[in-house]
Amino acid sequence: MTEVAVVGFAQSPNVRRTQGTTNGVEMLVPIFTEVFEQTGLSTKDIGFWCSGSSDYLAGRAFSFIAAVDAIGAFPPIHESHVEMDAAWALYEAWLKIRMGEVDTALVYGFGKSSAGQLRRVLALQLDPYVVAPLWPDSISVAGIQARMGLDSGRWSEQDLAEVAARSRRDAAGNPFAQVSGDTDAATLLDAPVVADPLRAHDIAPVTDGAAVIVLASAERARDLVERPAVVTGIDHRVDSPALGSRDLTRSPSTELAGRAAGVGTDVDIAELHAPFTHQELIVRDALGLGDGVRVNPSGGALTGNPMFSAGLVRIGEAARQILAGNARRTVAHATSGPALQQNLVAVLERG
Amino acid sequence: MTAAETETPLSAPLDVGFDYTRSVGPVLGRFVNALRERRVLGVRGDDGRVHVPPVEYDPATARALTEFTDVADEGTVESWSWVAEPLDGQPLRRPFAWALIRLDGADTSLLHAVDAGSPAGIRTGMRVRARWADEPVGHIRDIVCFVSTESPPGDPAPAPAPPPVADRAEGDPVSTVITPIHLNFLHSASPEESRYLRGLAEGKLLGQRCPACGKVYVPPRGACPTDGVPTTDEVELPDTGTVTTFCIVNVPFLGQRLKPPYVAAYILLDGADIAFLHLVLGCEASEVRMGLRVRASWKPREQFSTTLENIAHFEPTGEPDAPYESFAHHL
Repeated sequence: MTEVAVVGFAQSPNVRRTQGTTNGVEMLVPIFTEVFEQTGLSTKDIGFWCSGSSDYLAGRAFSFIAAVDAIGAFPPIHESHVEMDAAWALYEAWLKIRMGEVDTALVYGFGKSSAGQLRRVLALQLDPYVVAPLWPDSISVAGIQARMGLDSGRWSEQDLAEVAARSRRDAAGNPFAQVSGDTDAATLLDAPVVADPLRAHDIAPVTDGAAVIVLASAERARDLVERPAVVTGIDHRVDSPALGSRDLTRSPSTELAGRAAGVGTDVDIAELHAPFTHQELIVRDALGLGDGVRVNPSGGALTGNPMFSAGLVRIGEAARQILAGNARRTVAHATSGPALQQNLVAVLERG
Repeated sequence: MTAAETETPLSAPLDVGFDYTRSVGPVLGRFVNALRERRVLGVRGDDGRVHVPPVEYDPATARALTEFTDVADEGTVESWSWVAEPLDGQPLRRPFAWALIRLDGADTSLLHAVDAGSPAGIRTGMRVRARWADEPVGHIRDIVCFVSTESPPGDPAPAPAPPPVADRAEGDPVSTVITPIHLNFLHSASPEESRYLRGLAEGKLLGQRCPACGKVYVPPRGACPTDGVPTTDEVELPDTGTVTTFCIVNVPFLGQRLKPPYVAAYILLDGADIAFLHLVLGCEASEVRMGLRVRASWKPREQFSTTLENIAHFEPTGEPDAPYESFAHHL
């Protein structure tokens, strides 16, 4: 079957609040231009378009339709959408190329998290019969998960602060990051808890943003860029929606997806989608990443978490390291839903 | 930089809400009807574990589960997190803990609120019991919250109003749960839409021309949907146009402001390339036709604001109809 490679990646700045609309057009138009410049392709060259976004974030129905304005979709295009992080839109686009239906695809995700009260909106991801009617917010659910690991000794507050400090220091080199700074765990631990047991540094910021990735068949990719990042494995799995029946300190779905994608031990860099510090430790463990693996050199979602594109950004960052010649084999992870419910893992290698 | 880019875009609160009604089916139906009797039900899985709340299918074997069993309304806190400022809709209006609670007799945990006063009032392993609503209705909120068995709060938190209940015949079990969902957003107009809306407040109709294809859009868009480039050149349009197509509204609906029959029509302003929806009044509904020439009937100027509602409706100008060919490609 056709191999698929990432040939272009761009993202908008991660910011607390844009003045733009919830349809993302203002964020998308410049980054579409950017990936077309990177690849030499134009709108007319794209065989399939796929996006990820959410009406719950926008507060209106079919909000993704207005985003199509950013494409210039005439004559009519071949287009699809997932109401999920755009990492799952990338999965759909990957399938289209694998099946030989098209040889190029453009994947984009966008979200204006600041339009509503994000942690309350995310309560609606929960079971609609006996959980969501109580409005458990996303930060509280993650706090319960974090405490389970603290209680059982799987991680300490110090471990969590180390994750945050490293992420912030790395983000200083990322011009798109929202939060960054030269800090250490001791300084961060001086801050009060805001949602016991979580401190502010444990929680990804509320971020508006968008991202885009261009995929091509491996054959086509070689004509477009010098070092295409070939997707050698990609898989996604889901755990039970019943929070109280899971061991929340582990992520069997990430483990299964990682195994199916062929993560293995030979990994230079991993970009993990962890909106909370303890979730990075869970995902790292589930993927079996050793100490030699550089995790989230971009700063990760803890330094900028644009809803519905933060997972796609992880794939983009993992690919960028190969496109730029900094790495030979990288891993990207995306998550969706409460407490790491659903997880996607991709392995990228220099083509 | 154009004026559109230097002016702050308009924004306004957007509050959306809907009362979701959900059929509960045979498993969750048993659970909510038991709650109405202040009992908590679990279901036994193929591995012998008791799931609370009950699950419809075994998580491992996917077999439909049917063996129900009562569990206690008392149990142990497995983990918790603290809410310093409760959000709209949450079970308590004062600071509280969320907890996963393993009820005695259950093998999985239930997520609910604990009225603990402060983070010092709760710990993992603490024993808690359900505080039941005064009048259970068959909904997860029949459990108001949980409280410590050893030191329950001296001043129980006021319980919010119970959820709405679906109509059913006397004596019938609850088969539907109703959950009101209300979300609040700040909706932002694009810079181009903001310019258009501010123009309306001055009685002007402002469109924009795509620099690539030359088409004039009103309302203007952030990007030309044909070319994907920002629309930049502003065009002021007259308040006269042509009805391209229309429908006669005969059906009454909630929130209707006019008495049927009346006409909703697509109106193509002179000089524009896209029609918009508005009302055509000032003649019998049966007289409205494709190609009818119309003019805006504006409200009194002192009622103007940043809205297309400044135009009360369109009405016939009395000119001869526009020939079909002049608007056919805008249909």
